[in-house]
Amino acid sequence: MAMLSNIVSIVENNWLLLLVGQYPNGPLGGIAATLILSVLGIALAFPLSVLFALATLSPWRVLRWPVMGLVYVARGVPLLMIILWVYFLLPILIGANVSGFSTMVVALVIYEAAFLSEVVRAGIQALPRGQMDAARALGHSHLGAMRYVILPQALFNMIPSIISQFVSTIKETTLGYVINVPELTFAAGQINNRLLTQPFEVYFILAIIYFVVCWTLTRLATALESWIAWRRSGAGNTAVLAATHAVAAES
Amino acid sequence: MKGFDLLAILTNPSFVQMLVHGVKMTLIIFAGSWLLAMTLGVLLLALRMLPAKPAEWFVEIYVSYHRNVPTLVQIMLWYFGISSLLPNGLQEFLADHNGEAVFAIVALGLCQGAYFSEDLRSGLRSVPKGQWEAARALGHSYMGAMAYILMPQAVRNAMPALINHTVSLFKNSSLAMAIGVAELTHAVKEIENQSFRVFESYLVATVLYLAFSLFLMWLGERLERRSRMAGTV
Repeated sequence: MAMLSNIVSIVENNWLLLLVGQYPNGPLGGIAATLILSVLGIALAFPLSVLFALATLSPWRVLRWPVMGLVYVARGVPLLMIILWVYFLLPILIGANVSGFSTMVVALVIYEAAFLSEVVRAGIQALPRGQMDAARALGHSHLGAMRYVILPQALFNMIPSIISQFVSTIKETTLGYVINVPELTFAAGQINNRLLTQPFEVYFILAIIYFVVCWTLTRLATALESWIAWRRSGAGNTAVLAATHAVAAES
Repeated sequence: MKGFDLLAILTNPSFVQMLVHGVKMTLIIFAGSWLLAMTLGVLLLALRMLPAKPAEWFVEIYVSYHRNVPTLVQIMLWYFGISSLLPNGLQEFLADHNGEAVFAIVALGLCQGAYFSEDLRSGLRSVPKGQWEAARALGHSYMGAMAYILMPQAVRNAMPALINHTVSLFKNSSLAMAIGVAELTHAVKEIENQSFRVFESYLVATVLYLAFSLFLMWLGERLERRSRMAGTV
């Protein structure tokens, strides 16, 4: 019971720090920074990952090999190592100081683009082979068929996987702690350093916050997945066709 | 900046010693947490199949906690939080006996156990129901049917996911550096601090990590191919 009241009072006294960090007197931090980092990471990684996936599926070796190399590196080297590399190399490459926040965004984009490209590739390959054949038979080029026929269907089916990847990204932003990026875990560290006597309560609150955010998104992904499965099963076939046409007409 | 010189690190005895120690620590954490995770994975799966609802709820909560909280936060909760609730004698004992490594192994193992149990469960789910009925009809007991008929097929189905999660467990062992375990990433940061050769030190670590991950993937693929049944894809 004492523990519960400790938890409540820690949240009462520090909710602003957990929410936005030291903003506006300092850099933006807390959950706000965690979410901005993850959204930027995924939003910038996504277009890159589509290009990567197209490169791995392309008939040209020059495009295929470097991307496959990158995917293997991302799958085989800890994200922490990639963050350290970016932390060290980025300032040298652009010749200016880079904040921890930007370092983290760049590292996340590289890492996530490699993983997402595998998701996109799987999504494209999961479509029936006939789609590509039919598109080619109708006179589309390889790239045209990808753009107007394959990608609109594949990307739609991929929405749940992309949300799962977004959840992974939220979890990965915690590694910014190692290079002192002001985000949620960093804020918890600050609170813990100030209180000193209640480490369990502080880190328990931290775990619960992440849990609530990630669990909600995971549930959303599961719900979307069954909705998409239902539409693809035929029940919503006309709707899918209409959506595909709309997307094709817009682009 | 100094010119590129890998030998400056690889021929310095104290750096080599730090690297060797780092690799050893990384492998200990990986092996320890893998064993813990696999044991837990099987236990959680068994618990989930009990006919009691509370057991199922417990496993569901366990799995979703470990999948939705960042691994680093789980490690910190163990190292900073749960350690402070332990009796004083045990706290002192752990402080004297490499407590960071112990907490890293426990946290990583408990976390990955959730993933392993889910992998095994979906492997088991994709075994056709007729296998179970046939095994029981042939006179196998519940445990016998599980051990000889269902689990071997479940493990085979779960193999790709288990391999992926094994590789990511290996990569996650680097998170232990955040609580001061002297594993490979920690050792490399230390070497970088002393030698000022950032590029070379990171390169050594990256190559070591990549080599071991690729080795795990290769091993996994071999295992998968060996366990595949004739006539299936």
